[in-house]
Amino acid sequence: MTAAPIETDVVIIGAGPIGLFAVFELGLLDLKCHLVDILDRPGGQCTELYPEKPIYDIPGLPIVTGQELVNKLMEQIKPFGAQFHFGEMATALERQADGRWKLKTDAGTEIIAHVVVVAAGAGSFQPKRPPVAGIEHFENAGDGIGVHYAVRKMESFRGKNILIAGGGDSALDWTINLAPIAKSLTLVHHRDGFRAAQHSVNQMRELEAAGKVKFHVASVKAMHGEPGKLAAVTLAGADKGEWQHEADAFLPFFGLTIKLGPIAEFGINLHENLIPVDTARFESQTPGLFAIGDINTYPGKLKLILSGFHEAALMSQAAFHIARPNEKLRFQYTTSSSNLQKKLGVS
Amino acid sequence: MKIIGTDRQGNTKDVEGRDGWSVMEILRDAGFDIAAECGGACACATCHVYVTGDWYEKLPAPSEAEIDMLDMALAVEPGSSRLSCQIICSEATDGIQVTVAPE
Repeated sequence: MTAAPIETDVVIIGAGPIGLFAVFELGLLDLKCHLVDILDRPGGQCTELYPEKPIYDIPGLPIVTGQELVNKLMEQIKPFGAQFHFGEMATALERQADGRWKLKTDAGTEIIAHVVVVAAGAGSFQPKRPPVAGIEHFENAGDGIGVHYAVRKMESFRGKNILIAGGGDSALDWTINLAPIAKSLTLVHHRDGFRAAQHSVNQMRELEAAGKVKFHVASVKAMHGEPGKLAAVTLAGADKGEWQHEADAFLPFFGLTIKLGPIAEFGINLHENLIPVDTARFESQTPGLFAIGDINTYPGKLKLILSGFHEAALMSQAAFHIARPNEKLRFQYTTSSSNLQKKLGVS
Repeated sequence: MKIIGTDRQGNTKDVEGRDGWSVMEILRDAGFDIAAECGGACACATCHVYVTGDWYEKLPAPSEAEIDMLDMALAVEPGSSRLSCQIICSEATDGIQVTVAPE
């Protein structure tokens, strides 16, 4: 069953700091927003890559962590009631006959809007794929077999020979969770040490001591089997050389990396994976399609959060004229406008 | 001070380092395909390089944070893998040989 398309003023691709602040600037102009982000929470790179790292160059905030900045932005935009579509990748964009845009996501969501704002940073976060020749032939092979970058149906791995690679929390957590139901479970990592939480490491060591998990300091060098049906891998260890290891499923957990993703297929003019925009409206060469933050490029561009905030403000003025062609834009200050203060819920 | 950089296609070129800059910054500005997604904060492992020759031993040892972050890198080679944002150019690194690791 397909739900009816959502209709709104603006759809924003990317819920990082710039996409979030765009909600504020658009909201002051009474434009309603929907945001789509492949991650399961707001913040983009700020919360995915450096939630605990301090940022020192946000005007007025001498020191703020990535997570704190995102929390504050979420608080700041709360009055505007933006709708978030987390865990969804924007996959297709088309212009409708009435001039509005229709954005589709991989979850089947369809959003119709007057304006599209791409605030996607460097693109979408996707699992890192180990550089093993032919690995793609074993991806999407089906539940419980082949290569999986996430565990969606744990039960599908019951009775399988499972190989997990990595040394972070995901690798250790799934080693611990899948060991009881696997036929065999082997963990490989490039060193005999892990960045995962200590209690997880302890649990893994206990399973290893009990013979329920095998651990090797090794890496996957080759994969064997018919396409779609993994049979074995070649492991290479520091001391034992190379050997074959029987595996039905291979689960590499090396975190996420950023790929431009389907935006490249939207028909937007791109320059070295960036969207060229003008510096008055931050609009791409396609009218009604804007790009703000790290994803855009223009003479003098600096990839700074503060630049993205400025871009969001100017974009919003231009977006207003597209979404409300018959209305006059009244420029006001939040300090003095009781009208704006009402929207912010402070008066 | 030179950096001898090799890209993923195996092309090698000499690049002039700058005192106090990271090897990541120098290689990226010289056109090497290094994502360096976090911008040099030792938070993403996408500036992973192999230090070759006897340069691994000559460099100051990686920090705990870098060793941890390397757990998120692909195709790590013990005794060679480093995050290039954590290698700082100086007279002591003149002639360092690095190869960009696979994506």
